[in-house]
Order: sequence, then C-alpha cells, then structure tokens
Amino acid sequence: MNTFVQRFAESSATKQILAGNASVVEDDDFSDAAWGSEAGFGSLAKGVPSFMIPSVPDPASFLRLHTDDHADPSCRIKIQHGTTTLAFRFQGGVIVAVDSRATAGSYVASGTVKKVIEINPYLLGTMAGGAADCQYWETYLGMHCRLHELRNRERISVSAASKYLSNLVYSYKGMGLSMGTMICGWDKTGPAVFYVDSDGTRLKGDLFSVGSGSTFAYGVLDQGYRWDLTDAEAQELGRRSIYAAGHRDAFSGNTCNLYHVKENGWEFIGNYDITSLHYDGPGNVAGSPGHGYGYELRVEGHSASNPPPEVAQAITAEA
Amino acid sequence: METSFALIGKGYVIVAADTTAARSIVKMKIDEDKIKELSSHLLMAYSGEPGDTVQFAEYVERNIRLYQIRNLYPLRPSAAASWIRRSLAESLRSRKPYSVNLLLGGYDLATHTPNLYWIDYLGTLVEVPFAAHGYGSYFALSLLDRYHDPEASVEEGLATLKRCIDEVSKRLVVSPGKYKVKIVDKDGVRELEI
Repeated sequence: MNTFVQRFAESSATKQILAGNASVVEDDDFSDAAWGSEAGFGSLAKGVPSFMIPSVPDPASFLRLHTDDHADPSCRIKIQHGTTTLAFRFQGGVIVAVDSRATAGSYVASGTVKKVIEINPYLLGTMAGGAADCQYWETYLGMHCRLHELRNRERISVSAASKYLSNLVYSYKGMGLSMGTMICGWDKTGPAVFYVDSDGTRLKGDLFSVGSGSTFAYGVLDQGYRWDLTDAEAQELGRRSIYAAGHRDAFSGNTCNLYHVKENGWEFIGNYDITSLHYDGPGNVAGSPGHGYGYELRVEGHSASNPPPEVAQAITAEA
Repeated sequence: METSFALIGKGYVIVAADTTAARSIVKMKIDEDKIKELSSHLLMAYSGEPGDTVQFAEYVERNIRLYQIRNLYPLRPSAAASWIRRSLAESLRSRKPYSVNLLLGGYDLATHTPNLYWIDYLGTLVEVPFAAHGYGSYFALSLLDRYHDPEASVEEGLATLKRCIDEVSKRLVVSPGKYKVKIVDKDGVRELEI
C-alpha cells in the first residue's frame, strides 16, 4: 500500500529522476564493448536516450538554490537576465533587433553576445532569460525544423516551429528553464512573429519586446509603429527602440544587432554601437536621421525660457 | 499604480498626476487631486505612502505660504525645491521618515524661465526638462527622450503628455484611469483638460 501511495504522491520531477537513475543502472549491464556497436552512438535498444538529471530529491529546487540571486546574492551560478529584445511584423516583413549585453548580477560579463539565434535561413529566434537555455533549445528546434523539411518536403511554418518549442519547454515546466523568446520568420502565410516563454505561454502577434529593457523599448516602439512602415523606417524604428532601452536600462546596452526577415529569408542588417548611436547616429544607412539619437544633442540650443521681447532684446544686447 | 509626469515647454511647465487613491487592491477614490498649488507660480505633484503624501504636501504648502507672509515675496522655484529637499532629507534620518516622491514645477518670474525638479523620498533633487514617478516612468522616459522638446508650444507639450498617458494605458497592467493636468506659466497656475 505504501508503495502505491508513493507512486501517485510523487511530483513529475521526482518520477523523472527515478526513471533517470533506473536507466543509469541498466546501462551498467552492458560491457564497454557494447558501446562500440551502432557506430559509437550507444545502444538505442532501450528507446530514445533521455537527459541526465541531478541525483537529488527535487532538481528544480536544487537548481533554484544555486541560481536564484534574488534570494541569495552570493549564489554560485548566475543566469543571464538583463536584456532587451524586440521583434515586429509590418508590411515589409519582420524586424528583429536585440542588444548584446550579458550581465551576471551587477557585473557586465560580455558586451558582444549574439542574442539572435539563426535557426535556419527563414527562421530567427531571440534570446532573453537563460542564455544557455535559449541557445541550446533553439538550436535543437532548428534540428527538428530540418527533420520536418526532410519528412514533409516543405518548410515548417513559423506557427508549427514555435508550437514545437512551446510544447517542449512546457514539458520541462517547473524544472528551472528560463527563456523568453520570439520566433520570427516568413512562411506561406507571410511574415509571422510568435512569443514563446518557459512558462509555456505562446502568443501570436504583431509586436513584442522581451527583457528588462522591454518597457523602454515599448515606449519608443509603440509610438512609432504602423503597419505600413517602409523597410528603411522599420529598420530605423528597431534600432532606435533598442537604443532607448540601452540608454535607460542598466542591464541592456553595448551594441544593437538588427535583422530583417523578408520573403526570401532573413538578412543581417548590421551591428551598431549604442554609444555611437547616442552621439553620432547609425551612420550612412537606410532610415538614418543623420545625427545622434541623444536627447541632449537633439535639443541643443533649445531653451524653455520665454522672456518678453524687451527683456529678450536686452539679453542679446548684453551678449 | 500611482503615476505622475511633468515636462517643460516654451515658457511653461505641465504637471500631470493620476487621480486614483488606492488601498490594497481597491480603488477608494477616482478623482483625487494629487497636485498642490503651492503658490501663484508653483505646482507640486506628490505620490508615495498613503497618509505621508497629504501630510507632507500640506506641511510644505503652509511653510511656503508662511515665507510669503513674512517676507512679502514668494520663494523662487529653485529656492522652494531646495527647502523641500532639505525637509525630506532631514525627515529621512528621523524616527518616521516621509515616503513621498515629488515633481515640482514652477515659473521663475525673475528669469522668465520654467523650472522642473524631480525629487524622491531619499532627498534626491535634480532639475530636469521632463520627469516621471511610478511605474509609468518605465514607459514614459524613453518616449520623452525621443519626443520631448523644450521649445514646444502648449498644444505640442500636451500632445507629448498624451503620448505618455496613452502608452501607459496601453502597456501597464494596473494603469490609472484618469489624470489631472495642471500648467504653470507667466500668468500663474491653471488646470487643463485633456
């Protein structure tokens, strides 16, 4: 009876450990020679291999114990959290823009992170949350998109690809995955953007921004967004929004990576230093305003003073 | 949640604050005026800990008035800002500090210049061309970096304020419903409709 109760009282996580441990034990039954069969890929006799899980009672809380820097700022593993990413759909395709800063607590660990993951020539994924989780699972998604192509003799839709990812992360729910991603691409239905996160949320939409700087990006993005933006205007809006977040959010910055997805696949538009965007602007590119984005630059020489004409004259005479 | 904005333009300061008074998850009142008229050319929007806000605002209001009665001329905006900052700074190290954040907008008649000060409960004082408090600031500051112009007319300034309010309504989960908007210019303070 006790074992009966135990079987149904287990969390899904503990069940997986027990299952994991069981397969490890079974592996010992094979001699070393057995690993050499099937071209060194191990024996698939017991079915598809599964992930190794830490041998502790509750792997999710184990992970949280070592990664949650809110509860314990001196924890050993810091997961990359600060980010700004955005993607929006418009008449000319999809614009994807991201920053490139990786932070570990208050430390800027890197300023040259690639937060756009090129899944295949028609699909892009963005990276917010755990860098490793996004990188690994989106690359894994790319593998399955290729298998879909080979099996069905046609490219996978953005909808199907994003659903594959959302089902996958949902199956790991509660085990500590951390990702907030936008799957962007062009399929039979035209340009498409899907937001997928590790809670299992999957949303179809025209415009998303994810990360600690997303509110600042939204502030500029929402106000400048229209469906009938030209390609140049849209690219400029993506760049300007990431700049806004890089400027206002301490956990975002360094550079902006810009991609444009069109009917024939994605195109990398450029990498822009956010400090350079502040002082000099994006340079000689489509949609460039021809000057820096910085507020101080834009309002230089402007004054809110409003002296009556005779006083104004006296002031100019003095000068 | 509580949100307030302010911005300067050509010869004026616009100050806006939401009008909800909330306690826990309940809206207790939806037409509360959280912008005090401290003197003929001085406005103060206040937000923060319920109870502290009104107490502190009235304390400031009466002291500004007292100065005017004693000296027969009012404090200039910069002087008023300094006095308010010091009051908060002294309060911060007391047994029970005021948790109040302020936006102080004034028109300096001596220099014909509008002034805006961002003040928080820690006693931080900074003069700025535009400012925001509360969750709204996360959406409005980047927007104001992009659209604010210190030489804007009142109509243009209001249009920029409208952008901030619309953006917060669009994106903030617990966005406030209505805002009270006041302006101060050379002719004094008055309320505006948006």
